[in-house]
Amino acid sequence: MKLAVCLKRVPDTTAKIVIGSDGASIDETGVKFVPNPFDEFAIEAAIALKEAAGDGETVVYSLGGDASKETIRTALAMGIDRGVLLQTAGSQDGLEIAKALAAELKDQDFDLILFGKLAVDNYNYQVGPMTAELLGLPCITSLAHLSVADGKVEGEREIEGGMETSTCQLPAVLTCDKGLNTPRLPSLKGIMAAKKKPLEEKPVELGAGTFEVLGLELPPERKAGKIVGEGADAVPELVNLLRNEAKAI
Amino acid sequence: MANKFSGVDFYDMDSLLSEEERAVRDTVRTWVDEQLMPIIGDAYVEGKFPEQLIPQMAELGFYGANLPERYGCAGLNNVSYGLIMQELERGDSGIRSFASVQGALVMYPIHEFGSDEQRDHWLPRLASGEDIGCFGLTEPDYGSNPAGLITTAREDGDGWVLNGTKMWITNGSQASVAIIWAKTGEISDPASIRGFIVPTDTTGFAARDQKGKLSLRASDTSELILEDVRVPASALLPKSSGVKSPLMCLTQARYGIAWGGIGAAMACFEESVSYSQNRIMFDRPIAQTQLQQERLANMLTEITKAQFMTLQLGRLKDAGTMTPFQVSLAKRNNVNMATECAREARRLLGANGILAEYNSMRHMANLESVYTYEGTHDMHTLILGQKITGLSAF
Repeated sequence: MKLAVCLKRVPDTTAKIVIGSDGASIDETGVKFVPNPFDEFAIEAAIALKEAAGDGETVVYSLGGDASKETIRTALAMGIDRGVLLQTAGSQDGLEIAKALAAELKDQDFDLILFGKLAVDNYNYQVGPMTAELLGLPCITSLAHLSVADGKVEGEREIEGGMETSTCQLPAVLTCDKGLNTPRLPSLKGIMAAKKKPLEEKPVELGAGTFEVLGLELPPERKAGKIVGEGADAVPELVNLLRNEAKAI
Repeated sequence: MANKFSGVDFYDMDSLLSEEERAVRDTVRTWVDEQLMPIIGDAYVEGKFPEQLIPQMAELGFYGANLPERYGCAGLNNVSYGLIMQELERGDSGIRSFASVQGALVMYPIHEFGSDEQRDHWLPRLASGEDIGCFGLTEPDYGSNPAGLITTAREDGDGWVLNGTKMWITNGSQASVAIIWAKTGEISDPASIRGFIVPTDTTGFAARDQKGKLSLRASDTSELILEDVRVPASALLPKSSGVKSPLMCLTQARYGIAWGGIGAAMACFEESVSYSQNRIMFDRPIAQTQLQQERLANMLTEITKAQFMTLQLGRLKDAGTMTPFQVSLAKRNNVNMATECAREARRLLGANGILAEYNSMRHMANLESVYTYEGTHDMHTLILGQKITGLSAF
């Protein structure tokens, strides 16, 4: 099987985010960057599918600057065979990124192209399905379970109140959700081996696009809670506040 | 999802680490968060080494990680190796001790003093956790003075016969192989000390758990009894020679312990910061009191100092210029520092600080052992005193 994984470098989910002076991007000073956690499910799925198939190739693609090489090497340390960095200053426009990826991925005979269902920095859910559309390939999004057999992929996804099972022919594009698998840690030998794996760099030009982020805001600080009392005596006051102040019931 | 430990890095030490060193540190850190932290409190209370972790640590390459790849090891530099020890001891000193013994006290002497056959046979099996090792140097009456040991190895036909008793042996009961140090000549002659690779199922070899420990409870500590243990000539580590050979092993282990102390101190600092911000007393967090702030400021200061000293120690080791005296200074300072941090953290946590649910008292109790083993704090004082003055006080 030939498998591609598309990977994004994002701020660590535990990082304290400060909005930059332009008001529309984050201040990256002192922020630790990690592989997008949803993309790690895609990496694990690709490695496991190759292991199950017994042969094949796994390739990781990332768009970004030099710093993204470290992110790619994390995937190589986990067990991906080689990496490709599409060198660009980046774009906030998901469609422009999908176009660059599609241009790179077409004609490469991948059986599966895997993404995380979203990137935790902008929560757009866009690039995976857009890339599928541009490549003219079927796409199953937000996979929680996956099996591949007889040239077909069957996927389960969580939908409101239940599960949906769907199937499509290979080649296909998949986006991965939490619960699909448990991504392995890069082993220490894997970290050393990653340094010797091929990491190709290709400059790409992104179009100007039509999408622009106008502003970012941090969520309002949560107000301190209120303790209305203890035990059964406090219930009437709690109900009163939930009904009249919070208007929750 | 387990809580994520984010480390202590007040002076941006990360900028002095390579990408690979940070990656290694992050793998061990995440593993400790996900696999060790959820179980360590119970393991400690039960007084049981969590054996299920042995294959996981092997799989990720924690054993002998600074030894060459041809033996199934990761081939990391010594700073990366130190960071592994730091992160493991952030979890628990007993778990770090397990990995220290396997790597620095069993795999290192086989690599350093062993024949090609011994290396090829044992190192891959120890790296994969298929074999577990222990290091038999200390005896009931010879702790700080290993040159005086009285275990003997006598040539007999085409092999050796070993007799003696070892004590305070980490991993002793679970080990499948022991590195035993014994005198091949006169008892008065430390130059006749040689190392032997002894499978623990050899007739005459027995290991007994040392009971009643109030420290390092999630670690196996044993007495080893060797009664006419007969091993072939091929059990001898051919390049071992005199008491300096086991002391070279101890330098490796002490180097790891110097890093480990930082990890334990970081754990206590982190717990103290978090607890003090959340614990309300007199209508405000205790973090808002000067007494607790002084504790926190002292801990952060000492951790930061130790980090830079120890990183430089690692760079010297990688350059091949590190001396045992430099290791003594770091082991002595860092473990003492960690012990102080743990004690202050336990006090900051008030009554909660005595519970196994929190980490600081476990670290505090563990660190009393770490303070004492691998050269007691006092012995390292005397080693430094001798280095400074040229006069031995021991």
